[in-house]
Amino acid sequence: MIELQGLTKHYGDKVAVDHLTCTVRPGIVTGFLGPNGAGKSTTMRMMLDLDNPTEGTVRIDGRHYRRLRNPLTSIGALLDAKAIHGGRSAYHHLLCLAQSNGIPRARVDEVLDTVGLTSVAKKRTKGFSLGMGQRLGIAAALLGDPQVLLFDEPVNGLDPEGIHWIRHLMKDLAAQGRTVFVSSHLMSEMALTADHLIVIGQGRLMADTSMAAFIRENSRSYVRMRSPEQEQLRDLLHAEGITAVAVGDGSLEVDGVPAARLGEMAARGRVVLHELSPRQASLEEAFMQLTAASVEYHAHEDRRVAVRPPGPPPAGPPVQPEGWGADWDAHRRQRKGS
Amino acid sequence: MAVVPQVLRSEWTKIRSVRSTVWTLGTAVVVTIALGVLICTLARTDFASMSAHARFAFDPTNISFAGMGLGQLAMIVFGVLVVSNEYSTGMIRASLAAVPQRATFLFCKLLVATALVLVVGLATSFATFFAGQAALGDHRADIGDPGVLRAVIGGGLYMTLIALFSMGVAAMLRSPMLSLGILMPFFFLISNILGNVSATRKIGRYLPDQAGQKIMQVVPRAVDDVPYGPWGGLGIMIAWTLAALAGGFVVLEKRDA
Repeated sequence: MIELQGLTKHYGDKVAVDHLTCTVRPGIVTGFLGPNGAGKSTTMRMMLDLDNPTEGTVRIDGRHYRRLRNPLTSIGALLDAKAIHGGRSAYHHLLCLAQSNGIPRARVDEVLDTVGLTSVAKKRTKGFSLGMGQRLGIAAALLGDPQVLLFDEPVNGLDPEGIHWIRHLMKDLAAQGRTVFVSSHLMSEMALTADHLIVIGQGRLMADTSMAAFIRENSRSYVRMRSPEQEQLRDLLHAEGITAVAVGDGSLEVDGVPAARLGEMAARGRVVLHELSPRQASLEEAFMQLTAASVEYHAHEDRRVAVRPPGPPPAGPPVQPEGWGADWDAHRRQRKGS
Repeated sequence: MAVVPQVLRSEWTKIRSVRSTVWTLGTAVVVTIALGVLICTLARTDFASMSAHARFAFDPTNISFAGMGLGQLAMIVFGVLVVSNEYSTGMIRASLAAVPQRATFLFCKLLVATALVLVVGLATSFATFFAGQAALGDHRADIGDPGVLRAVIGGGLYMTLIALFSMGVAAMLRSPMLSLGILMPFFFLISNILGNVSATRKIGRYLPDQAGQKIMQVVPRAVDDVPYGPWGGLGIMIAWTLAALAGGFVVLEKRDA
């Protein structure tokens, strides 16, 4: 169990994490979701007492990290796969961590076997691929057989087989009653592994909900209609009390009415239809909508445009997602550059 | 604290499992001894042509340590790498997650590295003394002569303190390139310049290396107006080292890893 209480981190004037309060419970995989630069890694570093919070506290099984005796036996973490000394072998990397927490040497061989690195255990990690580094990081997290596990973007750099493996590993660990906390910036990845979601945007808590509820509440289904007699179609729908929103490319979008009923209405009103297609906004869109809407109000107004599924470009000047979305992208590029 | 022996063992594994340890310490040993012997050999052939004054001030013990000026640079590299490698590789986050008591972590790291450097430093000091004296032939000093044993042990302590001082600086600056970029030119050039230009000599002799090197002198310099003795000089160097370590500790304790 991990408890965050009003956790806040300022870097100068910039607020990276803003009064985050939530609880990560055992027995399930909790996804920690947010766009790049939302404060996920900062939060995780504060959970491990690597960064000092400006305000607030983190408790691991009721205790402050620094109070933990042999912390690796309580909480294991994969933060950054490349954070290893390239000149040291995988075996010695794990051995020095094990020794510092009084973990027996035999356990090093065990976790190397678990992650499938036994054959390269004596090799220096300099030559490791990103995927191998990721596996070594996971081995280090498992070293103390901890009840709490933290994974920061664990599927980065893994091949499909590796991704499959880590998903199963996380589910198994949770099924054993452990607390598993996984960060990602990809909703699609979370949808496959997480039972519970904590979503943050610009350091603030956006959602703390079960995966099922999130899908139910946030996925938008709508019907897309296209007609050469668009005005007549709109009037027809309006008469039935249905609002159709015109989208830039000449089609209409209708929320909350089944496609079959719309088709029948058009037939009754003798309006020619060129398209009648039920659509489901992806979870990725729902996630972006959630983080975007709560941060910058006017992004909500542009939402149809901002979160449109890829299609033909709208006529007229391209509409750029403003505010949060643009800021996020610029921020990310800035971070990459520095 | 029960964790200290665990962390000491862990730090020893870290130090012995990277090649830079052998390379840097090996270089320090070889350079110090080889250069010491070379200069002693040259001094022996030179002795006949020296003035009476120079002969009077001839310090066979000190001259066998002539290689240390260069050998200490490898010690500095060792000290810097031991600490700053944690930061440059990102390993520090794994290390501190494993040992969140930062004072314990730093203390154990420094203790292990210092113990190793002390052994290597003393061995080097004795080896370079005996090899140097052998090369000096008739002009040699004996380990039993007054002040000589103190100078030889002092040579080992000097090398240890130089490495420890570098560890403190590296803990403050974190970056290996920055630490080396400051320490190497400082000890190789700037300190020597400050110590040999008459205007700055009075300041120069309070620098860690100049003060510390006093302990390796047996025969007093001809114009010796240095206001401290061999142990006083070492004390100044220890004060510098403690200051660097305190700075390093404060940075580690306060800053985000």
